[in-house]
Amino acid sequence: MFDVAALRSQFPILQREVHGRPLVYLDNAATSQKPRSVIEAERHYYEALNANIHRGVHALSQEATDAFEAARDKVRDFLKARRREEIIFTRGATEAINLVAHSWGRSQLKPGDEILVSEMEHHANIVPWQLLCEATGAVLKVIPIDERGALVPGAVESMINARTRLVGITQVSNALGTVNPVAGIIRLAHAVGAVVLVDGAQAVPHLAVDVTALDCDFYVFSGHKLYGPTGIGVLYGKQALLEKMPPYQGGGDMISQVTFKKTTYNDLPYKFEAGTPHIAGVVGLGAAIDFVHSVGLEAIAAHEDRLLAYATQLAEGFEGLKIIGTVPGKASILSFVLKGVHPHDIGTILDNEGVAIRTGHHCAMPVMDHFVVPATARASFALYNTTAEVDALFGALRRVEELFLK
Amino acid sequence: MSDLRDLYQEVIFDHNRHPRNFGPLPDANRHSDGFNPLCGDRLTLNLRVKDGVIEDARFEGSGCAISTASASLMTEALKGKTEAEAATLFDGFHHMVMGEPTTVDLGKLAVLAGVSEFPARVKCASLAWHTLNAALKNEANPVSTE
Repeated sequence: MFDVAALRSQFPILQREVHGRPLVYLDNAATSQKPRSVIEAERHYYEALNANIHRGVHALSQEATDAFEAARDKVRDFLKARRREEIIFTRGATEAINLVAHSWGRSQLKPGDEILVSEMEHHANIVPWQLLCEATGAVLKVIPIDERGALVPGAVESMINARTRLVGITQVSNALGTVNPVAGIIRLAHAVGAVVLVDGAQAVPHLAVDVTALDCDFYVFSGHKLYGPTGIGVLYGKQALLEKMPPYQGGGDMISQVTFKKTTYNDLPYKFEAGTPHIAGVVGLGAAIDFVHSVGLEAIAAHEDRLLAYATQLAEGFEGLKIIGTVPGKASILSFVLKGVHPHDIGTILDNEGVAIRTGHHCAMPVMDHFVVPATARASFALYNTTAEVDALFGALRRVEELFLK
Repeated sequence: MSDLRDLYQEVIFDHNRHPRNFGPLPDANRHSDGFNPLCGDRLTLNLRVKDGVIEDARFEGSGCAISTASASLMTEALKGKTEAEAATLFDGFHHMVMGEPTTVDLGKLAVLAGVSEFPARVKCASLAWHTLNAALKNEANPVSTE
């Protein structure tokens, strides 16, 4: 039995009001709210364990190191990676992609090599590759999407070729909700010797991920969309690839020995973790993973799917509303436009009713161009949302209608 | 709580549905583009200025109700004004949407005063005016208020 009320009571922020009304938080694809266990884990770290890690001989340093490394083991288990050395902590999915583009990309690519991304990527999975192409002479190719917001059937097959060196693909689109067939894309890429980076930022709160079964080469996600803290994320990379890659940043912790003649680098994963990391964030991310396990990803996905189905049904009956992204099997995202009302006006009016949604281009401007809209309104659901909140969303949209379209 | 009706007044809905001075201005001699990429608000402003007087002002583009109404009301207010008078209106309008006192007589533009209660929307109301500023200075780069 999925007890939403009990889950909601674990999220302190859901008790607050906005403009005198109960908060209806439907902007989970931007960032999710945090359960008490995550907040307490960070507080406990600062109140009881705080010390720098991997260096001190004193008790606190050892305890902080243990807490930090225990979280790495939780991430390894969460992604079903083979080895803990394959889990690198970063500031977020964005930094993880930049790390790969910089370290793997600049050491591997030459003019004429091709990088393949899809038209539905977040800017974080476009711009680092554009920068890499400028630096190396490689060429960025774009897998087109169709009118439903799915990859054009057959496009990946026809675009992957012997020049393809890397495919960057999102598992779940943040602007559309589309779930991409990443396993098939990985097989196609490997057949030509290309590596695949999967952007899992939007997928991990919704789908069970097994990077070993997927056989992806890199997988990235952010803690803050998984009920964890901001400022912490993860890069998974296959050990053989990570070992060959040069360091991304230099500094403390990532070295083995430093002299002015020659510096040798630390082993994985520390080679890619220069400087004092966001220790509290890592500990909080570990707590977030424990929380997600305690609820169960299957149960979470089933609940979010029910909410999306209900919201979609109400949306289809709403005159003048057009859903952007209509592929079956979407993940917990309802992106839409309303005839005659700009998304920003929708956002302001909904906010006045206590309903928080995202309006804008969702850091996916090519998707907006594809659907020829300046922006969309996007409601995105998390495990703590309820059908009553979906009703509140559509009640608030009626208010938009009254004001604008009467 | 800020009342939505303070922001979305009837005059604003009217100018959003039926923008005045909307379309090209073939004999324009001043031009500027405004673009707020986060919102997706985009407008092009064309002016015909002769002997320091704005004889005609027209705009094109798409945006939210606040930015469209603001551009529409602005073009109405500008016609026949000198460049110096337009600059005074700019200052007065800026003070008004920031919630600061102003001695400038803003006339019909005062319907946008409610924007000051909605900080996230000030950039929508200001876009047209900053675009005007750039047009009068003949600046080539697109303007943004984000």
